[in-house]
Amino acid sequence: MEHILSILIFFPAFAVFLGFLVDKGAIRTYGITVTAIEFFISCYLWISFDNTNPGMQFTEFIPLISQYGISYNLGIDGISLFLVLMTTFMTMISLIGLTEKRDLKNLVLTILFLEMTMVGVFLALDAIIFYVFWELSLVPMLYIVGAWGGQRRIYAAIKFFLYTFTGSLVMLIGMLYLGYVYFQATGNWSFSLLDWNMLMLPIDMQMWLFVAFFLGFAIKVPMVPFHTWLPYAHGQAPTIGSVILAAILLKMGTYGFIRFSLPLFPDASVTLMIPMAILAIIAIIYTAMVAYAQEDIKQVIAYSSVSHMGVIILGIFALNVEGIGGSLFLMISHGIVSGALFMLVGVIYDRRHTKMMSEFGGLAKVMPMYATVFGIMLMASVGLPLTIGFVGEFLSLLGFFAVSPMLTGLAGLTIILGAVYMLVLYKKTFFGPITNPINEKLQDLKGRELAALIPLVLLVVYLGIHPKPILEPVDNSVKQLVQVMYLKSVEPTSKATIASVNSIGETK
Amino acid sequence: MVEQITVNLADLNIPSLLPMMVAIVGALVILCIDLVTKDLHKSFYLMLTILVLIIDLGTIIGYTGATRGFFDVMLVDGIAILTQIIILVSSALFILLTLSHQRFHEYRYPEYFALFLFMVAGFQFMVASDNLILIFVGLETASMALYTLIAMHNRSKSTEAAIKYFTMGAVAAGFIAFGSMIFYALTGSIELGQISASLVASDFANYPLVLLGVVFILGGLGFKLSLVPFHTWVPDVYEGSSAALAGYMSIVPKIATFVVALRFFEIFVSVDNQWIEMILYIVVILTMTIPNMAALVQTDVKRMLAYSSVAHAGFVMGAILVGTTQATEGLFFYWVLFSFTNLGAFTMLWINRSKDKHGYATDHPFEKFSGLVKRSPAGAIIMGLFLLSLAGVPPFGLFWGKMFLLGAAVNAGYIILAIIMALNSAIAAYYYLKLIVYMFLKEPNPSDETLLMKNANSTLYTLVGVTVLLTLASVLFIDPLLDMISMYVQISGY
Repeated sequence: MEHILSILIFFPAFAVFLGFLVDKGAIRTYGITVTAIEFFISCYLWISFDNTNPGMQFTEFIPLISQYGISYNLGIDGISLFLVLMTTFMTMISLIGLTEKRDLKNLVLTILFLEMTMVGVFLALDAIIFYVFWELSLVPMLYIVGAWGGQRRIYAAIKFFLYTFTGSLVMLIGMLYLGYVYFQATGNWSFSLLDWNMLMLPIDMQMWLFVAFFLGFAIKVPMVPFHTWLPYAHGQAPTIGSVILAAILLKMGTYGFIRFSLPLFPDASVTLMIPMAILAIIAIIYTAMVAYAQEDIKQVIAYSSVSHMGVIILGIFALNVEGIGGSLFLMISHGIVSGALFMLVGVIYDRRHTKMMSEFGGLAKVMPMYATVFGIMLMASVGLPLTIGFVGEFLSLLGFFAVSPMLTGLAGLTIILGAVYMLVLYKKTFFGPITNPINEKLQDLKGRELAALIPLVLLVVYLGIHPKPILEPVDNSVKQLVQVMYLKSVEPTSKATIASVNSIGETK
Repeated sequence: MVEQITVNLADLNIPSLLPMMVAIVGALVILCIDLVTKDLHKSFYLMLTILVLIIDLGTIIGYTGATRGFFDVMLVDGIAILTQIIILVSSALFILLTLSHQRFHEYRYPEYFALFLFMVAGFQFMVASDNLILIFVGLETASMALYTLIAMHNRSKSTEAAIKYFTMGAVAAGFIAFGSMIFYALTGSIELGQISASLVASDFANYPLVLLGVVFILGGLGFKLSLVPFHTWVPDVYEGSSAALAGYMSIVPKIATFVVALRFFEIFVSVDNQWIEMILYIVVILTMTIPNMAALVQTDVKRMLAYSSVAHAGFVMGAILVGTTQATEGLFFYWVLFSFTNLGAFTMLWINRSKDKHGYATDHPFEKFSGLVKRSPAGAIIMGLFLLSLAGVPPFGLFWGKMFLLGAAVNAGYIILAIIMALNSAIAAYYYLKLIVYMFLKEPNPSDETLLMKNANSTLYTLVGVTVLLTLASVLFIDPLLDMISMYVQISGY
């Protein structure tokens, strides 16, 4: 398996082309089979992955545009490994749980195409190739939201597309500039991240470039104040669109911060640590409050996503192994948990065609299994110990504690506020008497839904109790990342800051 | 006492004229054949035209003579060769569109093909000279032929378009003549090389007059290039002409004029002439932004594409402003990719052309394409592909051009320009998406069944197939393409 990463990227793409020939009736099974094979390939990748090696593995390199230094360059390390695994896993699960009936063939093929772009983003080591997959992922998402969404789907789809497209174009200019800086420094053109990591940039240049990349990533994450597209997109998207958007697409932004912003601009990252943390904390508190005020179950979860993405950003900008590792773990857990929650909302929407909390009440009596699964996911979302949500949240906050205990205290409100809006949601929907007689005949979770949700429940509990399989490889690569940042920072104060935040657990 | 002039035939370098001669003789042959036999099918004239274009191309690629020729008015440098290759290849591809399923009035006349070849010859003269008079003559030859080609579409809108184009084109020609006159008065020469030398030697003495001359020339070329504020004719003319010809107009006349603009503005950009650079800067930014805004509110696809091609011209004009070798390479690179994508997009419009408008005010309203994905999935996906490429979504063709141009601007220190370009691409994405939204996200209109894919036949499908392949797999041939372009650009020293 020399070219396993290329296989991983292009297998779904080929499946799309062949899929055009598959009959409509069989397309669901075709989609599930393809994504399952893709998941097994990624599992094989995990098995052959060398946990002790913190660097890039399975690298591939083919020059594409030699005159301009653009090459097809892939590689995987502990940081991207689990994001890839989560991508393939969640795509498979979302297809298993798919209940959409309209234009099923187009939908399944679009999802497969989307899977290619998502895997490509996490595996690309060349900035331009990264950008190619990054932008290409907008197209299928536009189609999914716009064609299968709710009432205002077209508005939501276009808003999503234009918002992210604008941000990424500014990022592209940043990339082109960085390529030029590399050319000036070395006399060769290169857009390879590994080459760029050798560059030592003066701090003011770092600041400008950081801002350019920030626009691209922050809109995707989304960070306050660039989050306004997300509730629309989630509100209008079909269930599968929301699942993939929340579980995977948002992670592309935070991954970008870790992969590009931190190692390339260490001084700027150190300087902007507190401003970024403040933006993150605004996101955490403000969107949690907004989530509390929502009437629509899906909007609550959409806003809770923004809130949790704030914690991830906070962990990343702790700039220490605990924080970054924790935020990576939180990316995985948020992917699983929010994906499951959106799927659960989809389950109830399929039955009642409404997502309003006021329509429900006392569902626990008629749908006990549904209530149980929802309850577990809710606990994980809130960050209850022994669930998957706790580990990442705790590590992220612990990491930032080394930077600023006070800000961490504010960010810790996430747990309380999260519990408030989630439990209120749960109370209104599941407890109390059945107020609406239509709800008395609702069917509990059945076949396909269970098949999709049970693996997620198992993962939530298993990784909550035993997070080590993920944390260990992540830890190695993150350690190396922090090392790179330390070596590359040009200002002595930045070096000192990086050293001091990375002293958790050391004896003084 | 007039000095005696002796002309040596070898010094004339007749081969430098050969490519244009091939086109002109070809046109004359077509006219002669028409005299002898009537009622030959259009396919005969079409293939004859393409054969002439191929011979023409052969004489250019095989050209090994001196750069200068014919009393020094011809200038066959790398850029001239490269542009002629682009002109001929896209002309040959565009003329294939006449072989459509439906019959159109203009293709019954052999004169159509003769005029087409005269036009190509005119463009070739434009790019292969730095003599302002020959450029003017070439420009007018080509424009006169083009006006007639538009009018031959024989609809009320076509005549309107042709007359509009003609009157405004006449003013523009006057501008160019006037500008050339001013430069002749200033420097005593009409050759760009000598104008440049004497302007630099005199350190731009009489600066107000120089500026006036530049403004006149800019006005004249700006009309042809559809730079703001000389762009108002574009949507009306495109709407009036057939989609095939509109697509042609968005590519070939512009690249020819770009080369003239490149040769002309190089005089000022290479010495960093502040005022003229500022004028150019403003024109470039306006040309990118204003048509983009206008395109947002169009209700007809062809008018939208017309405005979009104006915006693309502004984008490329940015390369002339930047003026580095990389930017000049970017200009050609962008235009080659743009011509493939635009050829595809206009061919798709042409395929969907129907004689009956079905109550719509224009030929290609957005509503007509509602739900195309349900009627003809392949058609919708292909059209969507071209639109995404025009919007600059990677990895489709035009993205690489855009990236290269942005890179050239960034590398030359024009960061603000690059950011404005990027933001404009984002605005442009909206109107391209609008058609995608109609095609993919809306329900089909049941009464429009008869309107779609009516003009298609195997020739057009093949053409679309080729452009799809070029747009999709562009990443694979970028390297050789760039190599070729940079070879030609570098030997001519821009």
